[in-house]
Amino acid sequence: MTQSDQSHPSPVAGIIKRSLITLAIAIILFVPTLLLKTQAGGGSEPLYLLYRWQFFTIGSGLVLVWRIGYELWSWNKAHQHRTRKADTKPAPVDHNLGRFVGPLFLVAAIVMPFMPFADRYILDIGILIITYVMLGWGLQIVVGLAGLLDLGYVAFYAVGAYSYALLAEHFGFGFWICLPLAGIFAATWGVILGFPVLRLRGDYLAIVTLAFGEIIRVVLLNWRDFTGGSNGLSNIPRPSFFGIPFNNGPDGFAATFGLEYSTLQRLIFLYFLILALAILTFYVSSRLRKLPMGRAWEALREDEIACRSLGMNTIMTKLSAFAIGAMFGGFAGSFFAAKQAFISPESFNFMESATILAIVVLGGMSSQLGVVFSSIVMVGGIEALRQLQFLKSIFGQDFDPSQLRLLLFGLAMVLVMLWRPRGLFSTRTPTVFFREKKSVSASMISQGRG
Amino acid sequence: MDYLAQQLINGLTLGSIYGLIAIGYTMVYGIIGMINFAHGDVFMVGAFVSLISIMLFGVTGSTDVVLGVSVLIAVAVIAMVIAGVYGWTIERLAYRPLRGSFRLAPLITAIGVSIFLQNFVQATQGARVKPLQPVISGGFVLYSGSDFTVRITVMQILIIVLTVILMTGFSLLIAKTPLGRAQRACEQDIKMTMLLGIDVDRTISMTFVIGAALAAVAGLMYLLYYGVIDFFIGFSAGVKAFTAAVLGGVGSLPGAMLGGILIGLIEVLFAAYFSSEYKDVAAFSMLIVVLIFMPQGLLGRPEIEKV
Repeated sequence: MTQSDQSHPSPVAGIIKRSLITLAIAIILFVPTLLLKTQAGGGSEPLYLLYRWQFFTIGSGLVLVWRIGYELWSWNKAHQHRTRKADTKPAPVDHNLGRFVGPLFLVAAIVMPFMPFADRYILDIGILIITYVMLGWGLQIVVGLAGLLDLGYVAFYAVGAYSYALLAEHFGFGFWICLPLAGIFAATWGVILGFPVLRLRGDYLAIVTLAFGEIIRVVLLNWRDFTGGSNGLSNIPRPSFFGIPFNNGPDGFAATFGLEYSTLQRLIFLYFLILALAILTFYVSSRLRKLPMGRAWEALREDEIACRSLGMNTIMTKLSAFAIGAMFGGFAGSFFAAKQAFISPESFNFMESATILAIVVLGGMSSQLGVVFSSIVMVGGIEALRQLQFLKSIFGQDFDPSQLRLLLFGLAMVLVMLWRPRGLFSTRTPTVFFREKKSVSASMISQGRG
Repeated sequence: MDYLAQQLINGLTLGSIYGLIAIGYTMVYGIIGMINFAHGDVFMVGAFVSLISIMLFGVTGSTDVVLGVSVLIAVAVIAMVIAGVYGWTIERLAYRPLRGSFRLAPLITAIGVSIFLQNFVQATQGARVKPLQPVISGGFVLYSGSDFTVRITVMQILIIVLTVILMTGFSLLIAKTPLGRAQRACEQDIKMTMLLGIDVDRTISMTFVIGAALAAVAGLMYLLYYGVIDFFIGFSAGVKAFTAAVLGGVGSLPGAMLGGILIGLIEVLFAAYFSSEYKDVAAFSMLIVVLIFMPQGLLGRPEIEKV
């Protein structure tokens, strides 16, 4: 009798105890954040405290519900005695998915501007999405392929943007001359930064690239004579259609091609410009994967010590990944400057780097399609958050729902890493194998067999 | 000369703050070999908890040093407890499940946690900067020259003294207590420690709690010293404290304190003699220079990569 009691103890007491502990922790975490808010008084009045019991109760309640749900789920799981195969085998990833969905996306992207619903707003969002896709593909070469965690990618984006703006301002160069120059400058910066620091191990590299990104931003902010400081640079010339400007004049694009003048034409042109740049990035990076260089990157990512033992020049391999990634960042930056016609250091802060990194991580470290998915979800998500005006009635009038964007990113980065450490859409396996594929899943990695 | 002396006092104060944050980086790195990217944001949460506690006590602008100090000690304890719970929760939810995963995974979750914490605090506390009236005012004139006086405020004395006390207590904890022994054992060989029957998970959790508690005190000091905080202070303070940890030698506790003081001095002196706008550049460049020319730091051991 006692034995059966011991082997099947009542789970309820344990569940209640653990749930209450979780609730206590949640209360401690939420008192200085959700419950008490330091509110600034008007003018020079000191701060005062605002009590927000409704948030506090909702937040703690949600945590309690989650914990009880988790307990019931794991209790239920422990009492199911059938063997679970799904846990030891990774979910099969359809590698042919990209073959069908990829061209579909491309066709959709090409016909989109000619659809009747394509107004200024839609085109702007399209340009934004494709810019992020391009940046994601550029960073993917560094992070996903070569396994170098670069937290300062936005620095190269900034280098590209400022080199176009400054070259156009001081030398009167056009967009098409500046574009390759911006890429070269960014790649040069990649080499200058990479050469000394690429000897370092992965996590040191992350911090150094982060510091480098901040240095670039602070310099841009304070070197007022050259970069305009926090005012930024404005009146950056717009790119022309191979010499034909987009204006209402007799030499303009509309007049030359016998079309009715519309401001949308410039936007459509910019849209196809970034699309072409993104396709170039895609093409180059997917070709590079199949070249010895790309194989070397993947090998380096998987095991650096083994690569060095085999006599590979790891510095040059890393440097090439860094420089090529930086180059695409420079291209994208140059496009950004041309599109906005105004740039300031605020566009190139750490959060931008983090956003691009989040796109790469969430999309799957080396899945090119994944980057497209996550860019769409992210930019679309921001727009959707902007529509959620009813949240204002809960959180108060000064609440901006799009603020939650980065909060959700951070959360998504953690959850994706916990759920599928090797990326959402891809298994991050090397392209070539010796004999057979190793199965990779979160549970196997945790057992040390990943 | 007087000017230099004044800057040295200021640099020492700032360096104490960085040193306390650096301890958290260096301990976690020493034991599990990851950069706890969210540590700077735990520092920021500590500063906010301190601000809220000071407001709950309702003591500002007092010249009564005894009252001020006792309130600040109470605030420090509250901040340490709450930040400790934050550190524990972060480790439990975001890092522990990934132990033994590939190398970049915990670093990426750490960045995710950092972004989350920053924006969580921004969403709940607002994006505006939070000013605070000085809790303890007053100071002493150390030297009065013809054109410049060197002074040290009560606040600065308090910060330096508190740092010395915490560092002493912390060193004793590492040297004498069972927890400290377990931590040192984990640092040397985590697998062997496990075989010897030490609860490694608990030891790592406690490491995060202690690091977070020290960062929370640093947050309180930052709040008192600058009198203004916002949700973004953890970022640059975190990178600078990490620089301090690297400069002193990652894994070395006296090194973290030494590195902190050096970074504080470098920042203050650079701001005083060259340009205050580029002081962050000075500190960040220092990180790059140190990593290139002496990656093992001042007091650290050279790291040997093992297969």
